[in-house]
Amino acid sequence: MNTLYPMPAEPLTPTAYQRALGLPRLLAGIRAHGALSLEDHVAIHGPLPASGGRGRRRARERASMLVEQIERSGLLGHGGAAFPTATKMRAVAGARGRAIVVVNAAEGEPASRKDRTLLETLPHLVLDGGILAAEAVGADEVIVCACESADIGIESVTRAIEERAAAGSERSPSLHVATVPANYVAGQESALVSYLNGGLAKPTFTPPMPFEQGVRRRPTLINNAETVAHVALIARHGASWFRQLGPPSQPGSMLVTLSGPLAHPGVYEIEHGSSLSSLIQAAGGTTTRVRGALVGGYAGAWVDGDLLSGVALSNEHLVAHGASLGAGVVLLLSEHACPAAETGRLARWLASQSTRQCGPCVHGLDALAMTVQEIAGGIAQAGAGQRIERLASLTARRGACGHPDGAVKLILSALETFEAEFADHAQHGPCDSCARPPEMPMPHRAVSQDASRGARR
Amino acid sequence: MNHRARVNPIACEAHGMCAELLPERITLDEWGYPIIDGAPLENRQVEHAIRAARACPTFALLVERDRAPAPARARRGERRS
Repeated sequence: MNTLYPMPAEPLTPTAYQRALGLPRLLAGIRAHGALSLEDHVAIHGPLPASGGRGRRRARERASMLVEQIERSGLLGHGGAAFPTATKMRAVAGARGRAIVVVNAAEGEPASRKDRTLLETLPHLVLDGGILAAEAVGADEVIVCACESADIGIESVTRAIEERAAAGSERSPSLHVATVPANYVAGQESALVSYLNGGLAKPTFTPPMPFEQGVRRRPTLINNAETVAHVALIARHGASWFRQLGPPSQPGSMLVTLSGPLAHPGVYEIEHGSSLSSLIQAAGGTTTRVRGALVGGYAGAWVDGDLLSGVALSNEHLVAHGASLGAGVVLLLSEHACPAAETGRLARWLASQSTRQCGPCVHGLDALAMTVQEIAGGIAQAGAGQRIERLASLTARRGACGHPDGAVKLILSALETFEAEFADHAQHGPCDSCARPPEMPMPHRAVSQDASRGARR
Repeated sequence: MNHRARVNPIACEAHGMCAELLPERITLDEWGYPIIDGAPLENRQVEHAIRAARACPTFALLVERDRAPAPARARRGERRS
């Protein structure tokens, strides 16, 4: 059952569960199909708060008030790293030169649908957030980066920008859309900057960090699309409103892409810290027994199926499971799937997504994938476990980006969580489930040199 | 001010010169890429490290002085008026 790619973005109307919690926030007024028009958007959320009028001094005052407000809200980035948004904004605002804002909806994470869902259904909320972020850091330009495979999202946000131009918006930053390659690593910050500068969509060696020298060598604020959507609401309703939901360490709500053997897989808005069980219930429950949940996406970690009822969706809690929310991905593996075969394929896929720039990533992920596949196939040599440990330590933290680290984390987590299954495969070879079609999505797009060269804008 | 050796993993092509010239701090993995002890270099090692960096055919080895913490840097670059 490969429900994931493409996944139905079906259950977006708020459930009774969500309404009871003061949710949805981001997804308020959302329709099953199509984008909210500017008119509808303003009817639901109200107009964009005033920019503070003309004049540099007023603009600067307004900007620092906005950053303070975001700091008080405790908003953390929703792209995966959960970095404090206000800290990032301060660094960009303090850097020399006119800043530029990149709204990151590249969403290379195969099991994530939240960013394209935002572009498809709520383009004006994302644009509001992009404009506010630009005002917060003194930028005159906002570039919304969407994955090339997200046609509907690209169309929707392009139309939304035209809609604003037609309505004669007075807000200053210019708004653009850029499409980026559908590679796993293309949304990484330095890869995005490289691509927008006309280079390859591959990570670069830092420093300089994007906040110092990014797009067109200007200080560049790169925020995930969901992060700026939250900014659009914080600017309207305030920091304390934002903190009414979620634990103090991770306030607010979040979008989760929930997939697997469920009645209604899809994108849900939940309160940080709510239980995984309640989310599964909101999705109509599971249709089979669940072997495990992958939390945080392909740089995340597995939680054993028997432990799922105790899981709360906040980083504070997930630390105990060795996991984090990442970009809000929860993927359930059905009892029909073979975790060893799935992990073998996934390890191979993760190796294929290396941009092949750093030796340890190229060789390490390849060797890891081979060893995992040998174990899953029952043909591994003695000491394969030690070989994995050694390869893991030789691979993690030795690349220019975090890809090898995330891949290693996921592979180790799978070997630990599904230890019994791997031991069984090592001894007896492939099981009956090994030949089943994959449950975990692994889109194939070659990381080609020429195809991923960005156009200079 | 502490000096540390660091490799640019994108530029590195596993020539292995660095491990020859700074074996106290650099070993090679099974593919020939350097594993660098990232702790501050001892004073007498700095010169050797710089020599190793100059000898690297792809200039992938860096000897860096510890940078000031980020907020201080941000402040220095504050926009004028």
